[in-house]
Amino acid sequence: MTSQEFKDIMHNGLWKQNTGVVQILGMCPLLAVSNSVVNAVSLGLATTLVMVLSGASISPIRNLVPNEIRIPVYILIIAVLVTVVQYLMNAYMYSLYIVLGIFIPLIVTNCIVLARIEAFAGKNPVLPAAVDGLAMGLGLTAVLTILGGMREIVGHGTLLSGLDLALGDIAKGWVITVIPDYHGFLLAILPPGAFIGLGLLIAGKNWLSLRAGNKLRSKKINIPNPMGNPAPLTS
Amino acid sequence: MKRIAKASVRTAVNLLFFSVIGTAILAYTFELTHELIAQSENAAKLKLINQVVPAKLYDNDLLQSTINLPPSSLLGSEQDTIAYRGFLNSRPAVVVLQAIAPDGYSGKITLLVGVDFAGSITGVRVIAHNETPGLGDYIDIAKNKWINLFSGLSNEHYQEADWKVKKDSGKIDYMAGATVTPRAVVKAVHKALLYYATNREHLFAQSASSLEDSSQHNEVTK
Repeated sequence: MTSQEFKDIMHNGLWKQNTGVVQILGMCPLLAVSNSVVNAVSLGLATTLVMVLSGASISPIRNLVPNEIRIPVYILIIAVLVTVVQYLMNAYMYSLYIVLGIFIPLIVTNCIVLARIEAFAGKNPVLPAAVDGLAMGLGLTAVLTILGGMREIVGHGTLLSGLDLALGDIAKGWVITVIPDYHGFLLAILPPGAFIGLGLLIAGKNWLSLRAGNKLRSKKINIPNPMGNPAPLTS
Repeated sequence: MKRIAKASVRTAVNLLFFSVIGTAILAYTFELTHELIAQSENAAKLKLINQVVPAKLYDNDLLQSTINLPPSSLLGSEQDTIAYRGFLNSRPAVVVLQAIAPDGYSGKITLLVGVDFAGSITGVRVIAHNETPGLGDYIDIAKNKWINLFSGLSNEHYQEADWKVKKDSGKIDYMAGATVTPRAVVKAVHKALLYYATNREHLFAQSASSLEDSSQHNEVTK
């Protein structure tokens, strides 16, 4: 794998085809767990880990699995990996495991995992497959983190609350109070806050992409559609 | 026909192969982690219990000294619940009951209620609820210390009529924003005390403890 390929895959996952704001896949955990930075990062990283592992383990067997049963086999492997991650979190990060609860096992059904396996890992060698999982997972984590940060600041006026759940009691003092004496804005914590926040993020991403596209176009360079669709713009 | 059969067998063997490998990996991880998981579960449970019963009030292994309680309207339970008994110098000292307030603002509120031998509350904690965030959730110790006001109360110094929030001319404070929620909690705590008063002998009956197997009381706090 050349460094250009690596860059392309990373760029694709983190920006161009970002799962959160472009592909809009895997919304259930994204909307449910993004009420604080710590929750968001934790679930994002757990999902990333599963995506890397599943990419790396499915890619080498892609030619062994008969085409008709590839989906059950893929799901089986993903389910095994998620359960392993779940056991490990339960054993080593118990309180965080309790907070994330059902959303850890639900990574199995997160369509972004299977989507990347179908679209990428099932057709590419191990290393690019793993990198793709990493890039897509980090892209998702980034969106989750920003959304979690927005909702936590607006909703509670803090950042990093609950960090002690992940890192133990030493982290209790690390909570950043962004807005002192804040009484909270409930809407941001409840599900509507997640939808509104995500909408703003998508709008922001599109705005940035359009702006970058316009700049390039004024230099008469053909660039792809900001929505990640390779079809050329016809304006 | 033969070709189809062959393809089916191949597919089945393939699926079987991956299932076996997957199961093996899971079994191995489980083997690796299950003791740690049981440890953290017990530690978390004990931490929770120690919030309603200070550790200095008992000297036995509380998690091992349990008793199954049949469903009771006073506890609000529809299934067996488990009570933890604490003994100090082999004398009955405290008991931790699980009580359910069925009439929360959005469904059941599950409580742990610690009661000492004389019938005073040593502490109350909400372990599960669906109350509105920002309004009714002050019953949760993570949000507010309100729940601590129950500590030390007993049926001796609060009459039947006192076990109500102040709005209903009782003696219990509540916070603006939600009255349905504290009302439900107060009622459940009061009923748990009544349950304790009528069942004290049975609760501390020694024999039951040795019969419990540890897998059973794992289920309570899940």
